[in-house]
Amino acid sequence: MGLELYLDLHSQPCRAVYIFAKKNNIVFEFKQVNLFTGQQYSEDFGKVNPLRLVPALKDGDFTMGESVAILKYLACKYKTPDPWYPADLQRRARVDEYLAWQHMTIRYQGCRGLLPVLTGQIVPKDRMDEAVQDLQTAIQIFEDTFLQDRPYTAGQEVSLADLFALVDLVQPVGTGLDPLEGRPKLMEWRERVTRAVGKGLFHEAHEKLMKEKELFKLIDPKSPRMQQLAKNLQKVYK
Amino acid sequence: MQRERVTAGGREPQEGGSGWAGSGSWGFQRAADSWVSLCAGEQHSEEFRKVNPLGKVPVIKDGEFTLCESLAILKYLACKYKTPDHWYPAELQRHARVDEYLAWQHTALRPLAGKIFMMKGLFPAMMGAPCPEDKMTEAQDELAQALKSFQEKFLQERPYIAGSEISLADLVAIVDLTQPLGVGYDPLEGLSALTAWRDRVKTAVDRDLFDKTHEGVLTAQVSSLDTLKSLSQSQPETLAALKTNFMKYSSKMAKSS
Repeated sequence: MGLELYLDLHSQPCRAVYIFAKKNNIVFEFKQVNLFTGQQYSEDFGKVNPLRLVPALKDGDFTMGESVAILKYLACKYKTPDPWYPADLQRRARVDEYLAWQHMTIRYQGCRGLLPVLTGQIVPKDRMDEAVQDLQTAIQIFEDTFLQDRPYTAGQEVSLADLFALVDLVQPVGTGLDPLEGRPKLMEWRERVTRAVGKGLFHEAHEKLMKEKELFKLIDPKSPRMQQLAKNLQKVYK
Repeated sequence: MQRERVTAGGREPQEGGSGWAGSGSWGFQRAADSWVSLCAGEQHSEEFRKVNPLGKVPVIKDGEFTLCESLAILKYLACKYKTPDHWYPAELQRHARVDEYLAWQHTALRPLAGKIFMMKGLFPAMMGAPCPEDKMTEAQDELAQALKSFQEKFLQERPYIAGSEISLADLVAIVDLTQPLGVGYDPLEGLSALTAWRDRVKTAVDRDLFDKTHEGVLTAQVSSLDTLKSLSQSQPETLAALKTNFMKYSSKMAKSS
């Protein structure tokens, strides 16, 4: 049995894993886990990742979760081109530094902002405003500290750090503000990373996200599984 | 090459980390240390901001190279100093197990164990009232749930997270789980498999080193209050900045479902 990747492309970390695998011609079987119908709570998926989170990986008998760890596993196993996760000590440290920092900043604040859509429940305006402000603070730090005047986070070439940041900072279609509005340097960075990944692959990975109407139809906030998802999300993304 | 290391005592609340005498830094104690007192607000000083503009700890400076984020630092040190393989195994799947735990803990044990420390230890000093009992109970329940995941998914029946030897994953886990002890709460009480793991990890790290490293956090409840009192007289602006950050963090704690 070959490599299996358990993904829902509505999820940012899933898109990072998908793009990385496809870009590097890693052969895998795409296993759909539909978050909005609660498929992550199924018995079958529980055997792959008992934490009920995507993305998840199954490689023979070996299973794992956590997108940052999965990407590093794939980079090492399939010996992907060096810039993705450089062998040079300090450039690798820069990638690790961003990947550690983003968990509770860009990723966290971005998800807080999506709570109303994901849970179907109204979040008070002051909390939404705070989430937007906190995300902007994190984006400013990304620009000033992690990117600075470099073309990419770790230097001259795209790395896992840029890929991770890209999927979190995509331009929304339809409702919602572009998180990079008024930030020309970051918009150029985003365009540069999208080209490095490949525009075709980028659009393929983001196709589901872009079809917002389809997303809303999928969500039944009254269903027990959606209520469970809402409760879990609200505990983490307060 | 001249080298200077800065290792220091923890993280600020808004990182979602463990805070004041916190857990991110205790993993390494080599070379020259420069201590940064979080309770005294030293992370906001101009001198420290030159080292780390984010005002966070831990941070290291290796010649001209500065690096923050404890996990990145630990991996950097493991690679640069070619520490024994078990800390961060070269073998692909064991390496992945360490990475997997280190990624998960950011939104699990680290903030949840840290929350207990903040609520019981600093909330009364900063907010002038004890932390509401229902919030404390909720925090303890959330941590208990995360510990269940830790045991069932990450440790299982193994002596250590990545197998038969200690790794960075165990080290990061144990410093997080020691944090609440600073305010008299043992999250592993009654959990025999996890207390056995804790004992095993302490021995593997070296008990004297472990105890020395945790001296500060285990007396944090008292020492931080003393420091805050002293700040109110000597540096009221610094205290005001610390309070603002704390209130932002605690407002998020209060807004749980």
